[in-house]
Amino acid sequence: MTTITKDNQQGGALAATANYLDERLGVGGILKNFGRKVFPDHWSFMLGEVALYSFVILLISGTFLTFFYQPSMTEIIYDGSYVPLKGAQMSIAYASSLDISFEIRGGMLMRQVHHWSALLFVAAAGLHMLRVFFTGAFRKPREINWVVGFMLFILGMAAGFTGYSLPDDLLSGNGLRIIDGMIKGIPVIGTSISSGLFGGEFPGTEIVARLYGLHILLVPALILIFIAIHLFMVVIHKHTHYSGPGRTDENVVGYPLMPVYVAKAGGFFFIVFGVVMLISSTFTINPIWNYGPYDPSPVSAGTQPDWYIGWLDGALRLAPSRLDISILGNTYPMGILIPLVGSLVFLALVAIYPFVEAWVTADKREHHVLDRPRNAPTRTAIGAAGVTFYGVLWAAASTDLIATFFRMSLNQVLVSMQIMLIVGPIFAYIVTKRTCLALQRKDREIVLHGRETGRIVRLPHGEYIEVHEPLDKYEMYKLVDFKDYRPTIARPNEKGKVTIGSKVRSALSRVFFEDRISPVSQTELNEAQSHDHSPAIVSSEQNQLTK
Amino acid sequence: MAGKDIEQAKEADGFEYEFESGLAVITQDKIADPGLEPHRVRMTDKSPKHAKTAERQVAALFVLSVIGSFLALWAYVSFPITEDLSTVRANNLWLGLGMTLSLLGIGIAAVHWAKTLMPDFEVSEARHQTRGSEDVRAAAIEIVKLADKESGFSRRKLIRRTMYGALALFPLPALVVFGDLGPVVGDSLRHTMWKKGTRLTKDPTGVPIKASDVTLGSVFHVIPEGLSEMHEHKLEEKAKAAVLLVRLNQEDLKEDETKKSWSYDGIVAYSKICTHVGCPVALYEQQTHHLLCPCHQSTFDVTEHCKVVFGPASRPLPQLPISVDAEGYLIAQSDFLEPVGPSFWER
Repeated sequence: MTTITKDNQQGGALAATANYLDERLGVGGILKNFGRKVFPDHWSFMLGEVALYSFVILLISGTFLTFFYQPSMTEIIYDGSYVPLKGAQMSIAYASSLDISFEIRGGMLMRQVHHWSALLFVAAAGLHMLRVFFTGAFRKPREINWVVGFMLFILGMAAGFTGYSLPDDLLSGNGLRIIDGMIKGIPVIGTSISSGLFGGEFPGTEIVARLYGLHILLVPALILIFIAIHLFMVVIHKHTHYSGPGRTDENVVGYPLMPVYVAKAGGFFFIVFGVVMLISSTFTINPIWNYGPYDPSPVSAGTQPDWYIGWLDGALRLAPSRLDISILGNTYPMGILIPLVGSLVFLALVAIYPFVEAWVTADKREHHVLDRPRNAPTRTAIGAAGVTFYGVLWAAASTDLIATFFRMSLNQVLVSMQIMLIVGPIFAYIVTKRTCLALQRKDREIVLHGRETGRIVRLPHGEYIEVHEPLDKYEMYKLVDFKDYRPTIARPNEKGKVTIGSKVRSALSRVFFEDRISPVSQTELNEAQSHDHSPAIVSSEQNQLTK
Repeated sequence: MAGKDIEQAKEADGFEYEFESGLAVITQDKIADPGLEPHRVRMTDKSPKHAKTAERQVAALFVLSVIGSFLALWAYVSFPITEDLSTVRANNLWLGLGMTLSLLGIGIAAVHWAKTLMPDFEVSEARHQTRGSEDVRAAAIEIVKLADKESGFSRRKLIRRTMYGALALFPLPALVVFGDLGPVVGDSLRHTMWKKGTRLTKDPTGVPIKASDVTLGSVFHVIPEGLSEMHEHKLEEKAKAAVLLVRLNQEDLKEDETKKSWSYDGIVAYSKICTHVGCPVALYEQQTHHLLCPCHQSTFDVTEHCKVVFGPASRPLPQLPISVDAEGYLIAQSDFLEPVGPSFWER
């Protein structure tokens, strides 16, 4: 004790504070354990950070908005600053949103910051998911964290949609109307859910207040909890790193938390906030005053949801005409159910993919070194197919705008989208897989024979060759450090039976690994170097797929 | 892991792999890992002059941030919002730009500081298997077993089963209390405000429409008489009762024999609520006599009882039977004869 007191006197206020905190919170131990924790560095790791920081911005700007916004659907006659709507009948929710925009200094700015950062939050989370997918970061031991991240993405969409509807303007009201129409289409319980949600018939007088409760309490609380779990698991697992020299599944290579990562990540929060602020001060988003208050009768042409709901809206648009089925006096509106169930199945596939891949590869080891997407051609191809599927649905939410802008027939645009929804993913799968394999071959080529320099040299006996420049060992290692999977073989179990599961697995496994390129081995490299002193191009036929 | 043989892998992970499966083939002959790349010295590491410059840059950025903060404070005071709407833009722009500068200054300064002046040696730290070691796992199992023994969880079946029952049922009341979220759905979805003799009036003014006002090719957005004066449930009624009124050449109309009497002198009235998911079908193409829903582009042919000609809708827009009263105003003959709007289970 006496020594600590003495240190205090020596170290001044900082040391005294540190001592105070350590004696009460044990921060010394925490800092000792985490202060120099290593974080790998790569630009793609920032995407998750962007999502996290946008969420913080959402909390800050959202809190500001709650001080002025009133979630009431009571109809009043508007008498605020926005002249064009003076005397119009509208809900208090809409009027208070107008007041935030037109009567409160910084109110418009905060509304725009909130909306822009919401768009950014879902976008960054989505890109982060794609990064995790294409690099195989979801593999053991991170499968569960993938599911947590997936939940965050869904909650992000939920937060966005519930918030989008709060101003009670015409555009978002039509969005709610669509949701109501979809809910009513659910067999058996649809109309009851709709009645429960809206407190009676659409639009009712309850929905805005209910969505407000969800938007500012339940959904953000869930997001916070899931973020905490998500980050906790990152600490447990330690961050993945890209393959490269010195990077293995047994270590983590990067910069220490203090000071480099604290400075970079802390600074990056301010950069994200600054960029959102710049966009919000210069670009309008969601000009609710142009739309007018919600009224079930009018609607504007070119209606579109916020971008992250677009794919669901597109799914609704792509359903063919006249799909209602009537069985035993009950209606099954397949035009709604097919898009609804289809979207849910798509999401479910996204959520369970890590478990499917783990089963197919039967790989039970831990993976901490990330794959370059080309080195997992089938996974990358599946991802590309998924992205294409989502992308077509997303684009389909703009069929009318595309048709108007390019002066095309709306019908043809829609029919082409329907075709693309089926053909696009297949095409993307094939092209991506072939591209990955080609890139892998190129990598082999470069490892074995060096880089083409473009210098043509004439040898004394008249032969022309192109000079190839060998790679340094670090660059080379990046190109050869990946795992070489082989398809599983269906084998009999203890009872001597080949189970269906085992057959399916071996079939899927063939899809995954039948076509593959092995990394260059030392022997191959030695061979290439020994008969390759005239660094002529060896035809790529020799580097065919391994048997 | 690559480069390690399977035996070592087994040893490290402490359990048997299914070797015959699609496990990565362990390359015996892998090109050796050369280890971490040597550190590249930055200009700021070797030249104190460059380090000094970087230091000044970082400081300048922080100063810029301070300026930004003051700019924002100044903008808040100097750009009050008045009745003039352009003041909103000025307030938004200058307040926002001030805050942008204030935030970006800090952010860029911190990152620049980290990148130029803080050491950029990459460090390697050991990772450990996520699963606990055998000892740890054994100890964990012991704890669970002990807890089981002390509580008698597996031994006392009666307690266990009644507990499962209690736990299964306790959320039920919590679900039931949500019962009053909305009323039980009656047949409100089948009925609208329209009834025999209700005048067709203009949306939103509520002015009655004379048949003679409806010229060829014109479109009227229609609500039932009395709706515009309503206070309670106005929007709910409007969401069901909104109607579009169009007059066509009698010869363009291809009417069913049974529904011939539903139109009046080429004037037809259809529900404006899309049968897909309920958006207002607000766009009328005069040339083709098509009604188009702007939400999902369902298209309905007015000449043929609004049958679906394109888009995801399944059913024609319900037709409102109309005629005229003694004063020449358009009136409804009855309510819609089928539920309007999106399909639902009980319809």
